[in-house]
Amino acid sequence: MNVFFFTITLALYLGGTIAYLIYLLFSQERAAWNGRLLLGLGFIVHCLNLVTRYIEAGHTPVVNLHESLSFFAWAIVGFFLVLRHRYRVDVLGAFVSPLASLLIIWAAILPKEIFPLPPPLRSYWLPIHVTFAFLGDGIFALACCAGVIYLIQERFVKSKRVGVLSQRLPSLEVLDEINYRSLTIGFPLLTVGIITGAVWANYAWGSYWSWDPKETWSLITWLLYAALLHQRLMVGWRGKKAAIMSIVGFGAVLFTFLGVNLLLEGLHTYAQWSR
Amino acid sequence: MREVILVGLNHRTAPLEIREKLSFSEKGLDRYLRSLQGLSSLTEGLILSTCNRVEIYAATTDPEGGISELRGFLAHEHHLPLQEFESVLYILQGEEVVRHIFRVASSLDSMVVGEPQILGQIKEAYRAAHAARATGILLNRLLHKAFSVAKTVRTETRIGNRAVSVSFVAVELAKKIFGHLEGREVLIIGAGEMCELAAQNLARGGVKRVIVSNRTWERAMELAERFQGEAIPFPEFLNSLLRVDIVISSTGSVDYILRKEKVSKIIKERKNRPLFFIDIAVPRDIDPQVNSIDNVYLYDIDDLQEVAEANIKDRRQEAQSAEAIVATEVENFCRWYHSLDIVPTIVSLREKIEAIRKEELEKTLSSLPQLSEQERMTLEILTASIIKKILHDPVTFLKQMSQDSEGELYVDVVKKLFKLEKE
Repeated sequence: MNVFFFTITLALYLGGTIAYLIYLLFSQERAAWNGRLLLGLGFIVHCLNLVTRYIEAGHTPVVNLHESLSFFAWAIVGFFLVLRHRYRVDVLGAFVSPLASLLIIWAAILPKEIFPLPPPLRSYWLPIHVTFAFLGDGIFALACCAGVIYLIQERFVKSKRVGVLSQRLPSLEVLDEINYRSLTIGFPLLTVGIITGAVWANYAWGSYWSWDPKETWSLITWLLYAALLHQRLMVGWRGKKAAIMSIVGFGAVLFTFLGVNLLLEGLHTYAQWSR
Repeated sequence: MREVILVGLNHRTAPLEIREKLSFSEKGLDRYLRSLQGLSSLTEGLILSTCNRVEIYAATTDPEGGISELRGFLAHEHHLPLQEFESVLYILQGEEVVRHIFRVASSLDSMVVGEPQILGQIKEAYRAAHAARATGILLNRLLHKAFSVAKTVRTETRIGNRAVSVSFVAVELAKKIFGHLEGREVLIIGAGEMCELAAQNLARGGVKRVIVSNRTWERAMELAERFQGEAIPFPEFLNSLLRVDIVISSTGSVDYILRKEKVSKIIKERKNRPLFFIDIAVPRDIDPQVNSIDNVYLYDIDDLQEVAEANIKDRRQEAQSAEAIVATEVENFCRWYHSLDIVPTIVSLREKIEAIRKEELEKTLSSLPQLSEQERMTLEILTASIIKKILHDPVTFLKQMSQDSEGELYVDVVKKLFKLEKE
């Protein structure tokens, strides 16, 4: 059942991506509306997919790569729908929906079987730790997309070529505001994700912190965002620098999430990942 | 059959001096409409008078007579000999009028294509004419259709989207940078006319406060008063750079009044809150290098001009798709308009009833095979005379009505009652 919902989610996200790209490239207002509808429906079906998979597996479906990618995409789309409602930034959809679709496509070509949970993961901490970590990552993905759009729009305004495309992109102020909001929401989430991870590690492995690559890279990511937040609040960094920093930060997020598991060996690497 | 006609002049055909002389003041519009209604050959009329055009739309059964009466009306109301302005008039009739008003309402005929005021002006002209009972079924339908065509054009093309004057470009840019203008503050350095225009548009956009700094204190006060703002002595403008968001500069200074180093320092003190400089002075007031500082945006008069020109080009392209919309709508309207012709209506009414009679008669006859030829003939005659009698009064009435101003209304009703429209 969960695979059925997963396939529908994939189709709806792809439809949303196409609609949003049409909106961006041909300025069809109706396409944005369609994109929103498809992405919204996709999100609902995605929720059903997660719930059914949870029921079928008997544990929170965030254990193997397929599940993680899917959950990550879910968080991104969910946050986008909230942000779009708050700031009316449909253009963001043209950047977010391809990202979510890519993640889902990747998840789609990975094996989808449900394995019994490996013993060290049998804990209440699993859903708590992973949910916080992924929610943080999801909102950082949006900050990154807003950062990319900011850089494009800033280039347009600075170089005095405010043409049709610039017309469709949100104002610099709104993009910077999204950057800031995402940071103030994402940073606490990431922090809680790391702390819960440490607490759980103490239960499971007997030590709070053991410098396994995942931990190290989470810390690097956390430091990057901490630096950005500090610069924003204290020095008044904003605009271009903040946008670039969010993109770099998201690079670290991606490496922590994917690079570490695919390239490095460590405690967080479980058998299902490589298969 | 009545026709719509139009006699008018606009910014392309007539210079301002003539347009001024022939314009109809808003105050006297009711009186003008009354004397327009007094013209014998017209059944409906509407006067559109703006600073760029004077146009009289009318419906008449006698287009030639109507046109010459309208020309006379223009001359008479403005106490001008016709010869003096005859050459600037354009005279349109039928389908051409439909196309013309659709284009005017969609702002395709405007001096600045896509400017939005014209639609409001036509609505106002129509409201006045309607209130004076000068319009009837033809002009009512024509104007309503023109409004909806204008709306379609506005939503389906980007014709009105882009700023095409320097001061509006400045506002558009400010919105690109700051999102909205509510709560923003503007500093005006130097008090030239261009400054005033740009500040006016910004103020309309919701700017919170306008601060004026000028070497001549009186002029600064005067301008500040106009915007209910604040005047400050010229040397103090540097301090206010810490709080304002938008700076419009047009001093007569030969040298730059603001250099990069200074602005770098200011932006740091502002904690990087963005600053938008609009330098409309020639020679320039602000060092162009300022634009390279993060969160600082500088546009000089040439930059603004260039953006405006690019936007105009964009509008011209959009105008082409707008013309296509107008062409389709003209066709639709004319189809309705021609269908109001009385003779074809009577013919198709007769045909429809005759067809019903034949069909029903045949059904009856085929169920009564025992009837003799004579009896069949009798039935034939009986049914034919029934429909002839029934149709006699309505047809006579319609023929009479074709001379009347309400004629089209009845034709329209008959078409609907008997479902004569072809789908």
